[in-house]
Amino acid sequence: MQRVYTFLIIAGFAVFLVIPLVSFHLLSPNTIRDVVADPARASLLEKELRSIMGKEVSSITLQRQLGNAFAIANEAIVNRYSLTGQQVDQLVNLMLANRLNQATVDSLLAGPDNEFRKTAFSNYANWLYGRAYTRDEAAREALLTISGNINNYEVIPKLGFDRYKKKSLQYSFAKASLTGPAVTHPWMLMFFSFGLVIVGAIGFSLQLLKEPPGIKNNDTFRHPATSRKWLGIIIGTFLILFYIVLYFYPELMTSWVALVDPISFWLKGSEAGHFFLYGFLYTISVVVMGVRMIIKYRHNRYQIVRTLSVMFFQTTLAFILPEILVRLNQPYFDFKNIWPLDYDFFFDFELNKLIASGQMGVFMLVWGIALALIGVPVFTYFYGKRWYCSWVCGCGGLAETLGDPFRHLSDKSLRAWKIEQGSIYTVMVFAVVMTMGVLYTYFTGSATVVGFNTYTVREVYGAFIGAVFAGVVGTGFYPFMGNRVWCRFGCPLAAYMGIIQRFKSRFRITTNGGQCISCGNCSTYCEMGIDVRAYAQKGENIIRASCVGCGICAAVCPRGVLKLENGPARDRFNPNGFIK
Amino acid sequence: MGKIVIIGNGIAGITAARHIRKMSDDAIVVISAESKYFFSRTALMYVFMGHMKFEHTQPYENWFWKKNKIQLIESQVTHLNTANKQLTLRSGEVIPYHKLVLALGSKPRPLPLVGAELAGVQSLYTKQDLHLMEQNSQGVQQAVVVGGGLIGIEMAEMLHSRDIHVTLVVREDSYWNIVLPKEESEMVNRHIRSRGVTLRLGRTVQQIKGQERVEGIALDDGTDLPCQFLGITIGVMPNTGLVENSEIDTHHGILVDEYLQTNVPDVYAIGDCVELRNPPPGHRAMEPVWYTGRIMGETVAQTLCGKPTAYAPGIWFNSAKFFDLEYQTYGFVPPTPREGYDSYYREDRKNERALRLTYDTNNNIVGINSLGLRLNHQACERWISMGKTLEYALAHLEEIDFDPEFYPKLNRSLV
Repeated sequence: MQRVYTFLIIAGFAVFLVIPLVSFHLLSPNTIRDVVADPARASLLEKELRSIMGKEVSSITLQRQLGNAFAIANEAIVNRYSLTGQQVDQLVNLMLANRLNQATVDSLLAGPDNEFRKTAFSNYANWLYGRAYTRDEAAREALLTISGNINNYEVIPKLGFDRYKKKSLQYSFAKASLTGPAVTHPWMLMFFSFGLVIVGAIGFSLQLLKEPPGIKNNDTFRHPATSRKWLGIIIGTFLILFYIVLYFYPELMTSWVALVDPISFWLKGSEAGHFFLYGFLYTISVVVMGVRMIIKYRHNRYQIVRTLSVMFFQTTLAFILPEILVRLNQPYFDFKNIWPLDYDFFFDFELNKLIASGQMGVFMLVWGIALALIGVPVFTYFYGKRWYCSWVCGCGGLAETLGDPFRHLSDKSLRAWKIEQGSIYTVMVFAVVMTMGVLYTYFTGSATVVGFNTYTVREVYGAFIGAVFAGVVGTGFYPFMGNRVWCRFGCPLAAYMGIIQRFKSRFRITTNGGQCISCGNCSTYCEMGIDVRAYAQKGENIIRASCVGCGICAAVCPRGVLKLENGPARDRFNPNGFIK
Repeated sequence: MGKIVIIGNGIAGITAARHIRKMSDDAIVVISAESKYFFSRTALMYVFMGHMKFEHTQPYENWFWKKNKIQLIESQVTHLNTANKQLTLRSGEVIPYHKLVLALGSKPRPLPLVGAELAGVQSLYTKQDLHLMEQNSQGVQQAVVVGGGLIGIEMAEMLHSRDIHVTLVVREDSYWNIVLPKEESEMVNRHIRSRGVTLRLGRTVQQIKGQERVEGIALDDGTDLPCQFLGITIGVMPNTGLVENSEIDTHHGILVDEYLQTNVPDVYAIGDCVELRNPPPGHRAMEPVWYTGRIMGETVAQTLCGKPTAYAPGIWFNSAKFFDLEYQTYGFVPPTPREGYDSYYREDRKNERALRLTYDTNNNIVGINSLGLRLNHQACERWISMGKTLEYALAHLEEIDFDPEFYPKLNRSLV
């Protein structure tokens, strides 16, 4: 049976990988008009996309053609709306004569053809009015700078295609023009891709029932998937590439997104986006691998309850409820995602969206703020970080289910601990500073704080922390650095809770007198890379900022030494442990 | 500043070295032929089963020793000269010492049968034994492990994890019943069998068969058991080879007083190699387990740093894991009924968890055994040292409960 299940998983993956290769894009003038709402822009693109109109092309070809079309369209727009050479000469003359003012500009740029130029120039160049220029080059240089700014900030964004619009159109074009089996037979393909993998993975997990209950980590350090050997490298590479496509090139994955369109229509009444697909796959992973986790630890009630908890929170609060909210015309909202992990909670568009959504929106806003500022410290005081990290959190949920087979790959060295402290608190400070800047901009309208543009700062955070660190590295590195890379080295919420857990909490892992035999199972299987044994063999309680309370150290201990407990915060460090 | 040389880098020797370093600036040298760095011997089985890599059995990172100025020498001590206070390494190098700590450990008791030297026949004690077992178990279908103790059952579990069929041959009528009372022993018997291991109780090996490699054994009832691997785990004995021709007194082990000092001045012995001349009450002269090694290491460090301290191991405790069945014991639990002692014994409904409270004629708790449960060490010790009564104990079982959260409570689950 093992072979059958292996075959199913491989076959499912193969189908999944083949789908983009057998999917094509068929562009029609109607598609273009549907996707690009503005008729002027649509007709510009239509002209440039004529060569692939009505032809089935691959997504790469489509994107290449789109790229060209955007460039040519932008050039045409710029040529039409930016200042002409003659106008520049005339303006330079005005400047040298010290006669540049609103009246002269108005008369120079008169007429309906110049309407756009006139408004833009007045807005961008009024500081030049009345300034004395004596040298032609200086005046010309000033004008060209202004002209460039007008092109970049007015002409292209308002009349052409700036990078945000291009990115979103690239995806919309790909999705709208998609043809092939993913569109015609989504259910069937879903069954033969995700379906086979799910059946195979469940079947694989059921094999664990053949062994009697108990800790069975046999061959963990020999299996090619879990010992950084070839299969682990393949899995890691796949995950990394998947995340890069998801975050940076979603226009290449529309054939996968199309597979879940029917589910999306059923759930929220509209087509799926690439993050709906991601949420779907994420939830499936947590549930299927959660079943595996429960079977593996079926002798351990703590693990069973905890795993059911992460499965519940991922399925309901993270995946289904937000979509239902959207269907009910409420804002998309994950009630268990907490700032600063939820780093865009305070972004202007999020705040505006919530505030504009009536009572429900205000409730969400208050809920989110209360959870971050009151809920987190209170719950962490009573239960430690585990109330969130290993029971509720989505990242934690994936780590504890899909990531469980890789938990032993975390680095336990002192060096790794130092790197961890440096990096996680840096990210936390970055997140807090970024949020403060964003809020400053929100309330004052000024985009610049001490020389930094808050929009740029948040964009950098989103790309490097939100996408690359949390996604590409956080999950893609499971088979190389263990299942908690993000939680350990990056998550700002984990850092925040960690400080509370370390200094003011009732949570600790107690060690049982002198029973430790220093075997190292606890440290080896600690996903956070804590050297648990270093404490246990001294009879000291384990109180570490990073501990997420997964309880696996206690589960794998062969001598019953470790126990996760909440108790009086006083004396929880027991410096005078049993062992001197 | 003196020079303290410790022979042996197991838990006893290393604990001594660490604690000496905490209290003094003496030069410390630790010599071992087995491995340069300290590792947890009890974890060797997990390396074989693939739960860990060897490096994970090392409780301290390699930089630790240099940082703490503990010099490690990987070599065999071939000669000991207590008169000149120096020892000779295999390389010929001579190392003088001011004080010497012998932490030589133990060695497997050999099976006195022809054929014990055949390929595929081995014991399990050292890191080298583990490598040997890795080779010896290649291609093996059937294995026999002789000996009903803790290493025997570990070896059975190790081989079983490689899908090798194991027969465990035990001399006693029930597994480890020289230590475990009947009920516990029988629970372990059932557990071993439930894991797919064949258990042959009350049997000894009469003959080892094979030409170059072991091919099978014959039991005393005439049964032939074919096997390509034969594990000998019939106990360990103090590893006293180095001191046999020296001034140092030995009996079974190296004889030491309550300060862990041998008859030779400035020579101490700790850990498995030791035999106590005057064991403290409730303790035997030889108790070769991890914890006693560690406590002896702590104790001798005090003495060597100018604070003469008698070995006081406190109330006896030990633990083990038989396949998936955890075992803990505290205090005095006689394996067979004994005059003046009685016990309260309960199992859960599935007969997979057990608790025994042994009490004396005054109803005071003197010993506790558990299987499939986790008990709180300090609470158990408190009960025994304070002489809590059985009535108190039964009314306060939650005090000793150390099972994880959400597990059935002790007072509820045992019927």
